[in-house]
Amino acid sequence: MSALIRMNEVNKHFGKLHVLRDISLEIQPREVVVVIGPSGSGKSTLLRCLNLLENFESGDIVIDDKSLKAKDTDINQVRTEIGMVFQQFNLFPHLKVLDNIMLAPIQVRKQSKEKAASKAMELLGKVGVTDKADAYPASLSGGQAQRVAIARALAMEPKIMLFDEPTSALDPEMVGEVLAVMKQLASEGMTMVVVTHEMGFAREVGDRVIFMDQGAIVEEGTPDRLFDHPQNERTKLFLSKVL
Amino acid sequence: MDFRFEIIADYLPLLLRGALVTIAISAASIVIGSALGLVVAWGKLSANFAARYLASGYIHFFRGTPLLVQILLVHFGIVYVILGKTDAMIAAIVALSLNSAAYTAEIYRAGVQSIDKGQTEAARSLGMTHFQTMRFIILPQAIKRMIPPFGNEFIVLIKDSSLVSIIAAQELMYWTDAFKGQYLAVWEPYLTAAFIYLVLTYSFSKLLNYVERRLQTS
Repeated sequence: MSALIRMNEVNKHFGKLHVLRDISLEIQPREVVVVIGPSGSGKSTLLRCLNLLENFESGDIVIDDKSLKAKDTDINQVRTEIGMVFQQFNLFPHLKVLDNIMLAPIQVRKQSKEKAASKAMELLGKVGVTDKADAYPASLSGGQAQRVAIARALAMEPKIMLFDEPTSALDPEMVGEVLAVMKQLASEGMTMVVVTHEMGFAREVGDRVIFMDQGAIVEEGTPDRLFDHPQNERTKLFLSKVL
Repeated sequence: MDFRFEIIADYLPLLLRGALVTIAISAASIVIGSALGLVVAWGKLSANFAARYLASGYIHFFRGTPLLVQILLVHFGIVYVILGKTDAMIAAIVALSLNSAAYTAEIYRAGVQSIDKGQTEAARSLGMTHFQTMRFIILPQAIKRMIPPFGNEFIVLIKDSSLVSIIAAQELMYWTDAFKGQYLAVWEPYLTAAFIYLVLTYSFSKLLNYVERRLQTS
């Protein structure tokens, strides 16, 4: 089985700050990888490098056998295979919920309006926001907005879904509804990379948990191993604070 | 001082003709200036160093030198060199357009940059190109924010168009000066001119309010 995502010795700086240090990582199809770590540890940056929202200086990332550093790789094409969900939702406020979801399939995938609309309605049903199809994003609750954002990413039928702290901007009572959608996605076999502070989700849904600190992968393993038997002192210290 | 309404009535047809020319010059400069401003803003936001440098220089020059100097340069310099003769109307429109482009470029740039970075990231993460992101995500949101500053700029332009009377473009201020010369009066011509400019700018700002409300509800 060949890995869907392969990171090889990736390095990145923000000015003098070394935010990613020699990151090497392979993620298999259908795998759910959860990245945890203190803020500023580079976990969001790692995620954003995977679809080149952030550039990196050295090393390589290969997505589905396409190198992001290769000259002949069309990054827009690669991005259609990678859905991304943001902490701040980033819905398009001038478009209705349904149009938020249909825009990229129509403009990028060149789907017909009818096909995109029926697919969008199906996805809204899946995330449980069907009644808001004609609403503008401003009228949604945080939980609804994030579920629409997930539907928008899914509409491109990506092979990989990236989640960048998807529940961090939500009121506590809405975290559950978003995690439930993500859990369902995982159970359907979606390949997912999730940056989160939700340790319960990491333990329950993650196939593998990666602990990052100061730009490096400090420790990784199955949730049971990492949470119950952490080896590294920094991992232990972090877990003692968040668990 | 006795204020002579009858000389205003006498001269009003010429003043109104001048007002029409003022409207024509302003309208043409608004359209050309806004289009040119878009090009300059594109340069300013471009990843290309040379384009950014040129656009910045353009904006610095036209915002940093007096409009009156620009009008004279265009009239006696550029237009004369290119056409081989002077033409006040052309010079007026060219000078006001070039000047306005510098200001509208900054309005475009500020409007585009005011849209949250997350919007671009979301669009690009869906595989949209830079152009598609601009066309479908950024500009529709930015344009609403650009309307009030554009309104200000256009009102400034209508008033500044009075400066082209210096090169004898036959707009409102030109006829006002002629009025003053013919009747050796001060209050009647200048107050009448002020009143006509006020009507022009007031109507225009009302029109913009209407457009703004329409866009807000859509």
